[in-house]
Amino acid sequence: MVMAPFDYVRADSFADAVRLLAEHGEEAKLLAGGQSLLPMLNLRLARPSVLIDISAAAAEEITLDGDRLRVPALTRHRDLAASPLVRRVCPMLSEAAGLIGNPRVRNLGTIGGSLAHADPAAELPAVMLALSAEIEATGPDGTRRIPAADFFTSYFTTVLDELEVVTAVHLPVPGARTAGTFTELTRRAGDFAVAGVAAVLTLDPDGTVGGATLALCGMAERPVRAEAAERALLGAPATPATYATAARAAVEGLDPPDDVQASGAYRVRVAEVLTRRALTTAAAQAERGAARAGNEGETR
Amino acid sequence: MKTRITFTLNGAECEAWVFPYETALDVLREEFGAGEVRYGCGEGVCGTCTVQLDGEVVNGCLLLAVRLDGRDVRTVRGLRSLPSAPAGEPGSELHPLQESFLRNGAAQCGFCTPGMLLAAEELLREEPRPDRDTIRGRLAGNLCRCTGYTKILDAIEAYAGERAES
Repeated sequence: MVMAPFDYVRADSFADAVRLLAEHGEEAKLLAGGQSLLPMLNLRLARPSVLIDISAAAAEEITLDGDRLRVPALTRHRDLAASPLVRRVCPMLSEAAGLIGNPRVRNLGTIGGSLAHADPAAELPAVMLALSAEIEATGPDGTRRIPAADFFTSYFTTVLDELEVVTAVHLPVPGARTAGTFTELTRRAGDFAVAGVAAVLTLDPDGTVGGATLALCGMAERPVRAEAAERALLGAPATPATYATAARAAVEGLDPPDDVQASGAYRVRVAEVLTRRALTTAAAQAERGAARAGNEGETR
Repeated sequence: MKTRITFTLNGAECEAWVFPYETALDVLREEFGAGEVRYGCGEGVCGTCTVQLDGEVVNGCLLLAVRLDGRDVRTVRGLRSLPSAPAGEPGSELHPLQESFLRNGAAQCGFCTPGMLLAAEELLREEPRPDRDTIRGRLAGNLCRCTGYTKILDAIEAYAGERAES
């Protein structure tokens, strides 16, 4: 036995989880897929007195309502990666989910757990920023939606109140001329990323960039938006030179940590290269999307 | 406080009383003598504690034992008795995938082998003829410190090929 002892309760619903959180106080911890929490328990980095198991708190499907995608918090990475709906309307989300950990981790880990855990090197938090997602959380005072840009505050820290539970993620579905991609570099398959880039790009019919959102992971105490890069892209011609300039801007001013995965200087170099590649890929996909939309328009 | 759980282990009905802070790995080894489920890293990155939960690979070290309740658990010992297992060689107690590992020299010290087999079996159930890159991707989280992986990939590919031809 490696873990320090704790009590265990199951929540039948998210409302029940909120009630249990209030009952057990700050020594309680929520357990969803457990793929971040269990390693911390095994290593005794976390020593909660009570685990509140929310893995059976809801059984919901991913749904599309108009141009809004709702991904329930308990959606496993495996299901996110394989979902035909997500792959069709928001492929970068599936792409990123398929890169998390290893198949065994993806078979249990959940999107809500990953976001609430807020590892700065994790894939999904950066993707949420780039996609301008909103994180739905339920607490004693009801449900609120928190923009991803406000959600992550520092290492493993979010704006979630102690009594709040992440219940879903809401994402605007990118339009036909918009495409996104997620790319990362890991030392070995399944490792946390040295650096990762989530890029969403819109191409205007005149060949310029009509919109861009970029977010990096592994580069700071939380996932960061690359706003200088976005400014460099907006209105600029959709060319390799533009992407190179934007990639340089993306890493300017970043001072990522040295750790067991990589030195900070190496991270900066990698992030620049990955950003350039991500922009190139996203632009190619947006062009194909625009061509498809154009064809459909003509045949109508 | 202990909780009573029931589950099937390699097809057999099982019951156990477990502490909330025990992992599936702890309980399978200590209560059910499942020495084939192995403690490697305790962090979910090595794959030696791999078991199939309702047919999907998971880390035994990152799963609380209470969560086994009502589930179907499969270790490498149960591969042969899988409903989906092919007939195999007459008189053999092994799944033909295991035979292929033996024939291809895919097991050296053997510590990682159960996890490799369980991961490969799940893959082949989903995708009968995966290419080598797909196999690689699926085994990426199962570490082997002896073979360099080549023989393991060979064994899985060979088995998938033989099965397709027969």
